Amino acid sequence: MAPMKVYGWAVSPWMARALVCLEEAGVEYEIVPMSRCGGDHRRPEHLARNPFGEIPVLEDGDLTLYQSRAIARYVLRKYKPELVKEGDLEGSAMVDVWMEVEAHNIEATLWPIIRHCIIGQYVGRDRDQAVIDENLEKLRRLLPVYEARLSVCKYLAGDDITAADLCHFGFMRYFMATEYAGVVDAFPHVKAWWDALLARPSVQKVMAGMPPDFGYASGNIP
Amino acid sequence: MKLYGATVSWNVTRCVVALEEAGAEYQIVPIDFATAEHKSPDHLACNPFGQVPAFQDGDLHLWESRAICKYVARKHKPDLLREGNLKESAMMDVWLEVEANQYTAALNPILYQCLVSPMFGGTTDQKVVEENLEKLKKVLEVYEARLAKHKYLAGDFLSLADLNHVSVTLCLLATPHASLFDPYPHVKAWWDGLMARPSVQKVAALMKPSA
Repeated sequence: MAPMKVYGWAVSPWMARALVCLEEAGVEYEIVPMSRCGGDHRRPEHLARNPFGEIPVLEDGDLTLYQSRAIARYVLRKYKPELVKEGDLEGSAMVDVWMEVEAHNIEATLWPIIRHCIIGQYVGRDRDQAVIDENLEKLRRLLPVYEARLSVCKYLAGDDITAADLCHFGFMRYFMATEYAGVVDAFPHVKAWWDALLARPSVQKVMAGMPPDFGYASGNIP
Repeated sequence: MKLYGATVSWNVTRCVVALEEAGAEYQIVPIDFATAEHKSPDHLACNPFGQVPAFQDGDLHLWESRAICKYVARKHKPDLLREGNLKESAMMDVWLEVEANQYTAALNPILYQCLVSPMFGGTTDQKVVEENLEKLKKVLEVYEARLAKHKYLAGDFLSLADLNHVSVTLCLLATPHASLFDPYPHVKAWWDGLMARPSVQKVAALMKPSA
């Protein structure tokens, strides 16, 4: 069985979402590195894989998938279906709910903060504190709901880790490297949940490819 | 099954399409935002973010329209998800994500500017509309290529991925940009096919402001 291939740049939080699920699945895979600043994702050979010109892209035999959450679900369904609570009507619904919550609330809120706090300085973009503050406000309203949830169960969809938790990793990784990590730390159950994620070998392995500055300072521009 | 929210919301009607296609027995329970009913303890028990739609099936409380749709399909019409088939369910998941992150991401601001803002006495920001129309057209080019090869988005079978597009697209028809699909014949044919479905006809009737 040929190893799965994942196309993209390992510093991407979307790529991380796919990679952490591949690691959890324990499946053999190889990263096919692409250059974002080189515009690899807009080239015809990549558009043939993903007509939307984005990464990550997963190739498993003759199956080509894109959209990080679709990749995550496929890999886990194939190798670790308990991580999507397959066969459990209520459990899988809770996985879906918290994956949606992450998509519409966490990614949408953390990414602008990350762009302005970390990336901006390297790409000549002025830091817009108003954007940061607006999104921090949203985050401060979200976190009590997470805190309440994680006070009654160990992980978001129940007492076992699932795709819902893993899908938070990429964006959280970079947010927690900003000066605003304290916003999350103020919620003890959320902090404990994050620490538990960080302790997982899968997460540590993927994090090793994600320097907190996206590689800009060391000249490894993505 | 109970679905909480108003049928003017395309997130609520996204769920109604799924409920209708799945042939589930359900009732729509209106939530009155004007009286802050969405912040009441009862509603927060259903949806801790205080938003709509919220959903209840026995003791199970769900929120997020796409999660609700998946649950309904999984319970009553799993064929719409193809979870027993790795490849088919994977393609379905890809296009479910594309609906959310590409199609509806571009359409939402257009609907907000053209339909919602005027409802609250605001104006339509044409610049926002134009920017997002351009994005949406690029997305539709990809859809056109896809639907030229397959009858439906996930393949040759109707899936939740197609159905999740219905509510927002019905709203598009109520804007000045209803003919957006015309230059894309396969997209138009796909949409006409969806419109002919009894479930979609029922939801279209529900969404009309004066029925």
